[in-house]
Amino acid sequence: MKSILLSTVAVAVTATLALADGHSVVRMGTEGAYPPYNFINDAGEIDGFERELGDELCLRAELTCEWVKNDWDSIIPNLVSSNYDTIIAGMSITDERDEVIDFTQNYVPPASSAFVAASADADLTGGVIAAQTATIQAGYIAEGNAALIEFATPEETVAAVRNGEADAVFADKDYLVPLVEASGGELMFVGEDVGLGGGVGMGLRESDGELKGKFDAAITSMKEDGTLNALLVKWFGEETAQY
Amino acid sequence: MFSYCSDPDTLERLWWLSCYLTTGVHFSFYLSFLKVIGILAVTAPVALAFGFAGAMSARSQILPVSWLGKAYIAIVRGVPDIAFFLFFVIALDQGFEWLRHQALCPDWTDPIRQGNDFLVCPQAKLPLGTAPQAVHQAYAFALAVMTFALVFGAFVANVIFGAMRAVPKAQLETAEAYGMSPRQTFWRILVPQMWVYALPGLSNLWQVLIKATPLLFLLGIEDVVYWARELGGTKTARFTAYPHGDWRMWYFLALLVFYLFMTWGSEKVLSRIMARLTRGQATTGGEAQRKGAPA
Repeated sequence: MKSILLSTVAVAVTATLALADGHSVVRMGTEGAYPPYNFINDAGEIDGFERELGDELCLRAELTCEWVKNDWDSIIPNLVSSNYDTIIAGMSITDERDEVIDFTQNYVPPASSAFVAASADADLTGGVIAAQTATIQAGYIAEGNAALIEFATPEETVAAVRNGEADAVFADKDYLVPLVEASGGELMFVGEDVGLGGGVGMGLRESDGELKGKFDAAITSMKEDGTLNALLVKWFGEETAQY
Repeated sequence: MFSYCSDPDTLERLWWLSCYLTTGVHFSFYLSFLKVIGILAVTAPVALAFGFAGAMSARSQILPVSWLGKAYIAIVRGVPDIAFFLFFVIALDQGFEWLRHQALCPDWTDPIRQGNDFLVCPQAKLPLGTAPQAVHQAYAFALAVMTFALVFGAFVANVIFGAMRAVPKAQLETAEAYGMSPRQTFWRILVPQMWVYALPGLSNLWQVLIKATPLLFLLGIEDVVYWARELGGTKTARFTAYPHGDWRMWYFLALLVFYLFMTWGSEKVLSRIMARLTRGQATTGGEAQRKGAPA
């Protein structure tokens, strides 16, 4: 009996040691509603630029990764509460967010945000502009003179322009390009592109320096051997900014 | 799913639709209907239990217990649902992990709160970081049910509290006169009679509960509304074999039918329960039943 007890304790201790060895499984949190960064494909799986990038980064950093979907509104609270370990959801690096979480170096260069409207003479300075809640674009519009109308999902911001609720939508250009192309002239880019934020990076807990180091190294190696550029071109087209 | 679906662009409308509606992502949508029904089926009885306990403690003769019950009813009813779902669930989750941390990792020296971060030892994580995704989903499901039950339990408690006071005083006095103890009076006279007063209020809450499931996506549970919005959204040809415009209207139309069906079904069930509960009661409904019954 005693030996059984002892061996149980031994097993429990070794199991504990195995667990204590940092992140055995890294959970990657994403939104799944922001093509081409991340979206749900026909088979119901998470797909897109960040899926491919994230899998490659995990491979290079020798981590076992698992994908988790989470609502954009609660994506930061759930990270700091350790419900997953990274945010890889097209999140731009900004000072406000950097106070709450940490970012890796960017894996998408600072991209331009653009206005899309249903007519070329849309009023961008005094009109109504749609943007997704809690994005850098929403923050930018809020500082200007135009009236800001916020939506929970990117899809709704574009729908607001189609149905006339907003004069224009302001979002990442990479997200808007495929929509404008597919709209057959109904939607068009208007005004000047605006450069916002410090590029897109992976969000991590501030206390998770070790994991951040691993991902930073993996991103650096992808930048150096050109695989990251190849991925950027594959998902965002030839004209996108590269490293 | 079907063999002819390999090249959807070439298909006729109806064939295209048959392929489109059987993609993997659509099965997630169909599954979410079952998920919603499952959540409701678990949440309703748990909320009822919470409510009953809340009402009992609010009525208690012991002052602190009564305060506890009344505070529960007042506070939870006053806090907006969305605040509950955003913050309470995270707090609840952290509370569990904190307790496990205290029990499992007594030697842990690092602070649990580091700035904004909440860090317990890996063994105290709920579920464990190594657990498969299914376990994480089951845990999220359980948290959702618990939060739902707690929120709706407060409303239920208020309804039941009111219903208990609506039972005619004469009934209770008669029970006392027959020599029943307070406990017997409560369980044998008060509880069986109060349901008929509680049911209209409870049926309202049930209907609200049915429609409150979209709040669950804040917890990472993909309910029918999430999928309808996701699937109905504009799909460009670059990211799917089935491009289409903004079809959310059609998906929400399907939801409308689903919700109407749920409402209609619950109405039928509730009216039967009402008829059963009214039997022999000293209410106008009971009186009408008595007069209508064949002599």
